[in-house]
Amino acid sequence: MAVTPVMTDTDTLEEPARGGRSRRSGRGLSKLSRGDRVTVWLMLGVPTALVLWLVWVPGLLSVVLSFARWEGIGGLNTIQWVGLDNYQNVFTNYPPFHPALEHNLIWLLVLFFVATPLGVFLAVLLDREIKGGRFYQSAFFLPVVLSLALVGFMWQLIYSQDQGLINQVTGGNTDWYGDPNVNLWAVLVATCWRQTGYVMLLYLAGLKAVDPSLREAAKVDGATESQTFFRVTLPVMRPINVIVLVITFIEALRAFDIVWVVNKGRNGLELISTLVTSNIVGEASRIGFGSALATIMLVISSVFVVIYLRVAIKDEER
Amino acid sequence: MTTAVAGERAAMRSAAVDYARKPRGRRITMHVFLIIMAVLWLFPIGYALLSSLRPYAYTQQHGYFSLGGWTLQNYINAWQQAAFTQHFINTLYITVPAVLLTLFLSSCMGFVLARFSFALNITLLGVFLAANLLPQQALLIPLFRMFRAIQVPTWINDSGTLLNSFWALILVNTAFQTGFCTFVLSNYMKTLPKELYESAQVDGASVWRQYWQLTLPLCRPPLAALATLLVTWIYNEFFWATVLLQSGDKFPITSSLNNLRGQFFTDNNLVAAGSIVVALPPMIVFFVLQKQFVSGLTLGATKG
Repeated sequence: MAVTPVMTDTDTLEEPARGGRSRRSGRGLSKLSRGDRVTVWLMLGVPTALVLWLVWVPGLLSVVLSFARWEGIGGLNTIQWVGLDNYQNVFTNYPPFHPALEHNLIWLLVLFFVATPLGVFLAVLLDREIKGGRFYQSAFFLPVVLSLALVGFMWQLIYSQDQGLINQVTGGNTDWYGDPNVNLWAVLVATCWRQTGYVMLLYLAGLKAVDPSLREAAKVDGATESQTFFRVTLPVMRPINVIVLVITFIEALRAFDIVWVVNKGRNGLELISTLVTSNIVGEASRIGFGSALATIMLVISSVFVVIYLRVAIKDEER
Repeated sequence: MTTAVAGERAAMRSAAVDYARKPRGRRITMHVFLIIMAVLWLFPIGYALLSSLRPYAYTQQHGYFSLGGWTLQNYINAWQQAAFTQHFINTLYITVPAVLLTLFLSSCMGFVLARFSFALNITLLGVFLAANLLPQQALLIPLFRMFRAIQVPTWINDSGTLLNSFWALILVNTAFQTGFCTFVLSNYMKTLPKELYESAQVDGASVWRQYWQLTLPLCRPPLAALATLLVTWIYNEFFWATVLLQSGDKFPITSSLNNLRGQFFTDNNLVAAGSIVVALPPMIVFFVLQKQFVSGLTLGATKG
């Protein structure tokens, strides 16, 4: 699930009878017959149980296990509770952790300062009616439908040491995916290739929803195009700005596929997500320790999840 | 990629005015910029296509920028070496049930959330939506142990546990995608006119009939959009398949790409052919169902 879904202010599908919408459309459960009540509880209970079982319970268990030492071999009674030992080990006694944190941060900064502004810029250009607009949109959006795993694989044709395009053209001998000095940047170029189109699409939808009379008014008042964009258009698109921001953070935090495809997140490509995975599926499964890493991820992500929910659900509470 | 949006026509009118006012020089600059960007963007895929159609020996001798030596042999070799038939079938086994199950469960949930009000409405929506955003790796350890501990009959999985089975992937994908779909569908269902349900109640239709015969047919547009997205996402899913399936012959197509890498030597033309084969289904989905795809991604909260 490399693409984070999104909700915007726009509904791009035709809606049946907008006018028939009411603020609190629901009704209470008490008026239902017994059979209907059972139906409602099943329709509600089964999906909820599935989500709680496979998402929320594992999330909580990760937190609980982060305070434990468990080799994972014997039964649950072999678990020893060790307090914050795992966290202490992560921060002080685990060399890959700091590079991983740094790489996640670089990932975030590159998405934030390269892919996102470029996507916004392309959206602004393509928002007007121009010749070939549809072609450009499709071209920029095409990489988004590919998985990041496949993207990493495809870019090997460009990056590989002996047959890769870059080295063939420049006559160089850099192992773009292997050299720890450059491989993070190589992977990030490929990641931006995919992320930019995604941001572009979200902003295009957002821009379409902006009341055109606002821009007209700014123009009449003598604002230049960039003034109009930064002072009028961008501020009214606040919900979508927040959502794109949250997506950027979340994608940077859970980046995994492309790095795992390249070298399983070693040698310059460590990320928190790959450390968690290596600690559990590798030869030595260190459950408590891996859970401490997982909990750190959960804590960071929860900040953005809360921001996201507030924007998405505010709409509900109106 | 244009989609119907309220007020779009007005936006287009003003955009057209913008455009006409633009000085010619700037317009040309913009087009040059866009053309360069588009070429850059299409280049990696085009280059893969070009490499995939020529044999390794030819490109080694003449360089990758040469033309000629056209062949489909790389595709045949890649297909066999990576056992694509098997892996496409695996993808089918996972994707089809997962998409159907996700749409069914999330439309049920969305229906209840949209039509009935009870104390936990918003909380539940939050629980579902947040589930979509949590980093999967953070849930791996407990899920992995759980699946390993759950005994299933051997007709479900020959190893006797949920781990290393297609069902594990179907369930995990469903659980992770249900949140977003519930959100979209429940928002859409809230826009359906209330009068429809009032008359259905007068006719004595049960809740199930109101859902199955009345609501679902009206939800075809968002269901189509979500189905398109889900097929692509689950096809592209890499992490869970890689960690929950241990035997390589069960891998779906996206996780099986590494089969194309030789232990010591990688034939890039073969890699190119494999990449194109794997990229083709989502690209076809995108080109054929572009409208559904795009509207699905940008669908959600409907603010009038």
